[in-house]
Amino acid sequence: MQQVFARPESLKDVQTHFCPGCQHGTVHRLVAEALDQFGVQQKTIGVASVGCSVFLYGYFDIDVVEAPHGRAPAVATGVKRARPDSFVFTYQGDGDLAAIGTAEIIHAANRGEDITVIFVNNTTYGMTGGQMAPTTLVGQKTSTSPYGRNKAKDGAPIRMAEVLAQLGGVAYSARVAVDSPKHVLEAKKVIKRAFQFQAEGKGFSFVEVLSSCPTNWGMNPLAANKRIGDEMIPYFPLGVFKNEEQ
Amino acid sequence: MGRIEIDEIRCKGCGICTVACPKQLVKLCDKANIQGYTPAEAVNQELCTGCALCAEICPDVAIKVFR
Repeated sequence: MQQVFARPESLKDVQTHFCPGCQHGTVHRLVAEALDQFGVQQKTIGVASVGCSVFLYGYFDIDVVEAPHGRAPAVATGVKRARPDSFVFTYQGDGDLAAIGTAEIIHAANRGEDITVIFVNNTTYGMTGGQMAPTTLVGQKTSTSPYGRNKAKDGAPIRMAEVLAQLGGVAYSARVAVDSPKHVLEAKKVIKRAFQFQAEGKGFSFVEVLSSCPTNWGMNPLAANKRIGDEMIPYFPLGVFKNEEQ
Repeated sequence: MGRIEIDEIRCKGCGICTVACPKQLVKLCDKANIQGYTPAEAVNQELCTGCALCAEICPDVAIKVFR
């Protein structure tokens, strides 16, 4: 028998700090597999955000810069412009990208920087204690919305993949989920596609990944995983919103 | 024919693999590991096809698949 599934080379063989059932680990693996496939491990510079994704440097066997909260796309812009031969991606959560770093992501996308952004959306601020994020679903209880998100007061959840697809500099924008093996396999293809855009120098590529946060949702891992399909996907539809082949 | 190996030290016992296996060949065991979680274990391995769906869904990359 041959081994048909193994840990990717770009992912260190270490224990992660993620809670049981947290899908950051799955997204880490998909990104590492894509880096392995393109053979760019040695020239990749990852930009980590603030949040549970902050320990990127501990889990990936690549060079990583840690950006201030929300500023990963701005840091990645600098890295890519200074080292145009390098392969640059940011890995951000929804509190980081959709709230604190809105200015940075919008303008990096609009400028069409030749970077890839992996955006993990779990509808809450994970590491800081489950506060309401711009992506929190209407009615969802969080530590700062104990009666549930109120649309009249707090607005509707922001759909970042669609928002960014409107911008001229964006070459590729898609949304995937990692709640079932089928969705994980699709996510793998989409992440590779996004990296392909950068490998060919075609401009800004963006992938939003719907994932769960069992701890801050107050659910067990299986119930949290099911919530992605039951509540998140109906509001955040999966698909490719921009695919500009040039 | 297939076979899986679950790293019982790494596994955090989230149980997502138990519903991902089309043949329900993965179960959580009763004994806690060094982290204090009850890890997954493979049962009836002779029925395993090596489809690797359990490994694809595992957030901790704790499953190796052979086919």
